[in-house]
Amino acid sequence: MGFFDSGFGLFLLLLGQVLAVTGFVMISLLFLVYGDRKIWGAVQMRRGPNVVGPWGLFQTIADFVKYVGKEIVIPAGADKFVFLMAPLLSFVLALIAWAVVPFNEGWVVADLNVGILYLFAIGSLEVYGVIMGGWASNSKYPFLGSLRSAAQMISYEVSIGFIIIGIMISTGSLNLTDVVMAQEGRYGLFSWYWLPHLPMVVLFFVSALAETNRPPFDLPEAESELVAGYQVEYSSTPFLLFMAGEYIAIFLMCAMTTLLFFGGWLSPIPGLPDGAFWMVVKMLMVFFMFAMVKAVVPRYRYDQLMRIGWKVFLPMSLGWVVIVAFLAKYDVVGYARWTTGG
Amino acid sequence: MIAADLSTVLPELLLAIYAMAALMWGVYLGKDTQARTILWATVGVLFVLAVFVGFAPEGTRTAFGGMFTNDGFGRFAKVVILLGAAIMLALSEDYLTRNDLMKFEFPILIALAVLGMMMMVSAGDLMALYMGLELQSLALYVVASFRRDSLRSTEAGLKYFVLGALSSGLLLYGASLTYGYTGTTTFAGITSVLESEDMSLGLLFGIVFMCCGLAFKVSAAPFHMWTPDVYEGSPTPVTGFFATAPKVAAMALFARLLHDGFGAAVSDWQQILAFLALVSMFLGAIAAIGQRNIKRLMAFSSIGHMGFALMGLAAGTVEGVQAMLIYMAIYVAMNIGVFAFILNMEKDGRPVMDIGSLGLYSRVEPARAAMLAVLMFSLAGVPPLVGFFGKFYVLMAAVDAGLTWLAVAGVVASVIGAFYYLRIIYLMYFGEPADALDGKMPVVHFAALSASAFVMVFGIINLFGVEDIAAAAAATLLQ
Amino acid sequence: MTITVFAFYLFALTAVAAGLMVVLSRNPVHSVLFLILTFFSAAGLFVLMGAEFVAMLLVIVYVGAVAVLFLFVVMMLDVDFAELKDGLAQYMPVGLLVGIILLMELGLVFGHWIIADGAPALRQAVAPMPEDTHNTVALGNLIYTKYIYLFQTSGLILLVAMIGAIVLTLRHRPDIKRQNVLEQMYRDPAKTMQLKDVKPGQGL
Repeated sequence: MGFFDSGFGLFLLLLGQVLAVTGFVMISLLFLVYGDRKIWGAVQMRRGPNVVGPWGLFQTIADFVKYVGKEIVIPAGADKFVFLMAPLLSFVLALIAWAVVPFNEGWVVADLNVGILYLFAIGSLEVYGVIMGGWASNSKYPFLGSLRSAAQMISYEVSIGFIIIGIMISTGSLNLTDVVMAQEGRYGLFSWYWLPHLPMVVLFFVSALAETNRPPFDLPEAESELVAGYQVEYSSTPFLLFMAGEYIAIFLMCAMTTLLFFGGWLSPIPGLPDGAFWMVVKMLMVFFMFAMVKAVVPRYRYDQLMRIGWKVFLPMSLGWVVIVAFLAKYDVVGYARWTTGG
Repeated sequence: MIAADLSTVLPELLLAIYAMAALMWGVYLGKDTQARTILWATVGVLFVLAVFVGFAPEGTRTAFGGMFTNDGFGRFAKVVILLGAAIMLALSEDYLTRNDLMKFEFPILIALAVLGMMMMVSAGDLMALYMGLELQSLALYVVASFRRDSLRSTEAGLKYFVLGALSSGLLLYGASLTYGYTGTTTFAGITSVLESEDMSLGLLFGIVFMCCGLAFKVSAAPFHMWTPDVYEGSPTPVTGFFATAPKVAAMALFARLLHDGFGAAVSDWQQILAFLALVSMFLGAIAAIGQRNIKRLMAFSSIGHMGFALMGLAAGTVEGVQAMLIYMAIYVAMNIGVFAFILNMEKDGRPVMDIGSLGLYSRVEPARAAMLAVLMFSLAGVPPLVGFFGKFYVLMAAVDAGLTWLAVAGVVASVIGAFYYLRIIYLMYFGEPADALDGKMPVVHFAALSASAFVMVFGIINLFGVEDIAAAAAATLLQ
Repeated sequence: MTITVFAFYLFALTAVAAGLMVVLSRNPVHSVLFLILTFFSAAGLFVLMGAEFVAMLLVIVYVGAVAVLFLFVVMMLDVDFAELKDGLAQYMPVGLLVGIILLMELGLVFGHWIIADGAPALRQAVAPMPEDTHNTVALGNLIYTKYIYLFQTSGLILLVAMIGAIVLTLRHRPDIKRQNVLEQMYRDPAKTMQLKDVKPGQGL
């Protein structure tokens, strides 16, 4: 029995894993914000950040230091505890979701049997950061913003849930590793779920945008009508936490899209070795799409957003669940890849 | 196996499918313009199902691992429920149209409530019991506040909902205590445990809690507080509906639970029921004396009548269950007539619920006054009308079971209660003259009123054979 | 094992304490937030029992959806606390009496709590322990076969709740303009718009 099988060793091992994942997420966060701004700038024929560090690479670090160094302003009428809890909650929740994200076979902090549900559950909790922040500010704009974005997040969660059910039916498991393994096949990238679940990839991507309050669905922050939504009263570190939480949630959505539809760490070309490298590359590509959407699509109106969520996406995803159930039951090619249980 | 199960629950299945199809029909084909069509279709479906259930083959069949029991007792109760609901729904059409309440959801909600009732009376498991009860109650809460712009109707719905939720809580609590002791929720399992082992305190508490919860649903005192307000506030057809089908369903459920589930512990629940019966009879008789609103009066009347029906259950014998079934059938028949009349108590198109408005009604409409008088005599239990026989059977069952004191109390309560029924008759024939009520009455209502009065008079010959059918039904519950 | 025990007490204590705070806290929004904490701790307890599927559902459905709606409603309520307190003082003695009686009864019940000899066997018979399947699979096998009747009935109950909510609250206002997306999309510019050449100084 080695050291890492003992209680303390196991603890250390787990701690190391947690730190590794957190470190990866935090470092990628730094450069994602930078990348986001660069892509945005390029689309709009600007340079983007280019002053701090080589090619402006350290811009985010400078911003970070600036935020942390400022004074925290708490409005007089605010509910202090809830006001400070809100950004903390949205940051922490965004981070702990990474516990079940596998980067390679076995490279996962907690290989839960209900990994997908865990991700979904944590995602559904993220709405609390927004509501609490908006309410505790004790101010009208934040409150309106938080109500809006809460309604938005809940609406799109529903269709995300149904899309996930479709994947679950195909896989016969709720374990994320199983989902990825089920996408392994002879045809490389054509074996992944994006092909059989093609209509849902689009729906999932759009829902992910809405769920994370990204443009074109950034209604809560619609500066022209709500100033900055639920974040109006926030400054300094709490604001930083909100922002960081938002970006981590976006990156998590990238990871989810990769795992559910694009084969996780599987290599796209048969013959090339699988590995965490592919996972990261795919996540970055999805993130690139997120950034492009932000740059090129104008913001939706609130009623349009709600209509798409409830009247288009929900019926479509629900219908797809029924269709997939039949396709999987009668074992149409590529739809039933049950490895366990059943 | 699933095919056999489905054929056992076929009437319920058909009703569920009908309700959903009607909902789709209504939503996609013109909403409230379809309301009348759907209403009459629902009446038809309920009636056809009543015939279907009534002529179903004899015998006891269970489905879904004992969760659903299709036996003679259940079929009897279901026929009464379906017929009562169908007639009350048919009577409601006129009122709904005139009061701008003709929404297509109304008949659908009634259909779903009836479905819940059918599930209740067929329940063979505590969970199935609760599910049926909730399905029924939830639909009833909604129809109680159906006139959503009226403060009273909203109040009625809210009160019913809050107290109903409380009673469901009590019921669930009792059910979980029962499960904790016996380790099973099926009635068969509970019976087998009870037969082989002693009563425990926990189980006794479970029974008490469940009886309290169900007493709420049948509006037996001391759990009757919601009844007058809900009866008064709900739209009149809904009140009429409350007074018929749900009462039968709740009483049948009560009988089902006590005999199927706790049949081996009669002595333990007998006292609870005797107490409920006693308090309800007296409260119904005394509290109604001060009421001048006829809907509140009927509410207290229903509390009193539930007391009598519970007396039958308290007997804990086949005769007791038979008496309860007969009583409920007669009660429904009487209420249909009375509510057909109340639905037309209007002056200048506005409902008038004060009993003073019936002053010297016999001079205006002698035929209707006579029929209402017959019904009132019958409700009071005056021989030789059918209402008397209902009470007679119940009292006989109580005496046979050794509850003579309860029977005597019942006679006393019924004498006290006769006062307010007779007062209405007095008002109609000898009272102060009041402004005449609107004279018109739709044919359907008149037919219901006269049929009900006819039954009360001519039923005394042989009760239309209900006696034997009820005896057979009661026997299947207690085999 | 110690970690499990520690986690159990952590979740259990949090659940109880948060449950108490739901009732005790003065601000209704705080009450709902504590309610959420209670749900969350309950989910933790489910995980400890090995029922991870139920735990996740509890979080997704109750915390993620139901409690959010609670929070919406409570945040928009205009509650007058002084008025609430008035009623409290009036009904406190009765409520307290009922509460104490119930508590004593419960004490009596649990003090004498026994389980029927046949009960464990009956309990096992209903839900056989799945040795080698995930509890998600086991649950699915159970509710879609043995408990299909109850499962479908719950569906009907939810349907009734939905119909009820719509009937009681939906109002069709004929006096407001609504957007019809399809109509907008199928509008032909050539038919609805004409370009006119306006001579300067003349107007149309």
